[in-house]
Amino acid sequence: MGEGFVSRGFFGRRRQPEQAGRIPPGQYLVDDWPVLSAGPTPRIRLDQWRFAIEGLVRQPVSWTWDEFLKLPSKTYVVDISCVTKWTKLDMKWQGVSVDTLFQAASIDPRAAFITAYSYGDYTTNLPIPDLINDQAFIAYQEDEKPLTPEHGGPARLVVPHLYFWKSAKWIQGFRLEERERLGFWETLGYHRRGDPWKEERYSGD
Amino acid sequence: MEDQDGDLNRALMLDGNAAGGMLYDIFTAEMTGAPTECASCGRSGEVGSLLAFVQAPGLVLRCPACESTMVRIVRAGDVTYLDARGAVYLRIER
Repeated sequence: MGEGFVSRGFFGRRRQPEQAGRIPPGQYLVDDWPVLSAGPTPRIRLDQWRFAIEGLVRQPVSWTWDEFLKLPSKTYVVDISCVTKWTKLDMKWQGVSVDTLFQAASIDPRAAFITAYSYGDYTTNLPIPDLINDQAFIAYQEDEKPLTPEHGGPARLVVPHLYFWKSAKWIQGFRLEERERLGFWETLGYHRRGDPWKEERYSGD
Repeated sequence: MEDQDGDLNRALMLDGNAAGGMLYDIFTAEMTGAPTECASCGRSGEVGSLLAFVQAPGLVLRCPACESTMVRIVRAGDVTYLDARGAVYLRIER
């Protein structure tokens, strides 16, 4: 593969040996992007959208859509693994680093975890060390197009190094907490952290 | 775009009959015809009339009137987790 006259095709995806090391144990590669959802897709009007950081912060803060788009954003190209065993390589996102958002809120040093909460009733819990140092971002574009509602648009959390249920769709805010409060799937047997390289699927894994 | 989104959204929303097999495994009873009541809005109806989300890490049954979560089920290997806080009751008839 990869010789001059061999096209990988418009829809094809290269399968090169170095990709093997990028697929966590128990996962298989997909080219499409499966839609998973625990509830109806909310339709969020952009003029009513808000993203808030609250709880253990010195300065609770929220952004309107227009304000959020003015925050410094970056392009992230990352691999995504879902606990339902699919992995999609080289997903290209545009979004705002969680570091930028935390700086604006000036987080209280007691804060150790967040509950990420969404439009609808979805929540997921994350340790703050998994969110900082540019490991996580709020995305509003994928593949250079606005994030569609079924994939979590207008904006979703993306935490590429953890299973994708942590990357809450339709994100509405972060509540910063001293103690971990388990989220929608974590209260029902899923792992509290969810590292795909350690196959942390269920509590006890 | 809107139509596509709408269709995909509807495609993900099945009715409670899609949960019949999993509920049978748990309760060893046919549950889709069983009456239940939403703890959030008080709607009464059969389990088969609920909204079912199966393309997810677990199964979620929601009230078709208020969309509140009524029942959640996760199979984690040999272990099954059941949360039915959102249902006032489930009637199991054998």
